[in-house]
Amino acid sequence: MGTEIGRVRGLGSAGHGAQHWWHQKLTAGTNFLLIVWLLASIATLPSYDHGTVRLWLHSAWAAIPMALLIASVFYHFRLGLQVVIEDYSHKESRFVLTVLVNVFTLATAGTAIFSILKVAFGATA
Amino acid sequence: MTASIVHRATGDGMATIGTLLLVWWLAAIAAGPAAYGVFLDVFTTSTGSLNALGWIVGVGLTWSVFQHMMSGIRHLVMDTGAAFELKVNQRLALLTFVASTLLTIAFWLFLGNK
Repeated sequence: MGTEIGRVRGLGSAGHGAQHWWHQKLTAGTNFLLIVWLLASIATLPSYDHGTVRLWLHSAWAAIPMALLIASVFYHFRLGLQVVIEDYSHKESRFVLTVLVNVFTLATAGTAIFSILKVAFGATA
Repeated sequence: MTASIVHRATGDGMATIGTLLLVWWLAAIAAGPAAYGVFLDVFTTSTGSLNALGWIVGVGLTWSVFQHMMSGIRHLVMDTGAAFELKVNQRLALLTFVASTLLTIAFWLFLGNK
């Protein structure tokens, strides 16, 4: 379908076009909203003992934005760390570090999401 | 140039130390009062106020968040093709540091005066 030039136009040498850059910008916007929410929530918590903080995170009004924050912020930092690695690291170490960043991001995001869901779906007390 | 380097440094710091602390905090809330107590003990004294490490990590992370946020907004402005003139560019870079420092002070004053 289409012409030869139409199939490759705008994709660049990596074949992804401006997708990495664009996703960094999109998540910058969603990070801004979600981080402002988190800072405001932490600042207005009545106290920071386990019962108070757990009850706060138990609510869907906190659990949902917190899960979205993990998705948005962690995807954003994965894209950012990838750029740092590509700037300073070459050959084999670039490959190893990039894999490690992906493992780190998925392991921490998985733990965070599990913790949020455990609190959200757990008993109230 | 400084704003660009600091943007990367704060981003790297938050992506590593900030991520581990955020995940530790969430996992400790989920694990229960004992695990949450271990988290609190590392950053607070027996009276419940912040210890030295608590202040360094707390202020360091909040300043990093605000500085990365302010220079991130500067990046979005420059993505539109604006603010590339040397004087405007430098003034905007300096403004990110002023804004992030003021926001950090305001945040901690709010916490302290609750």
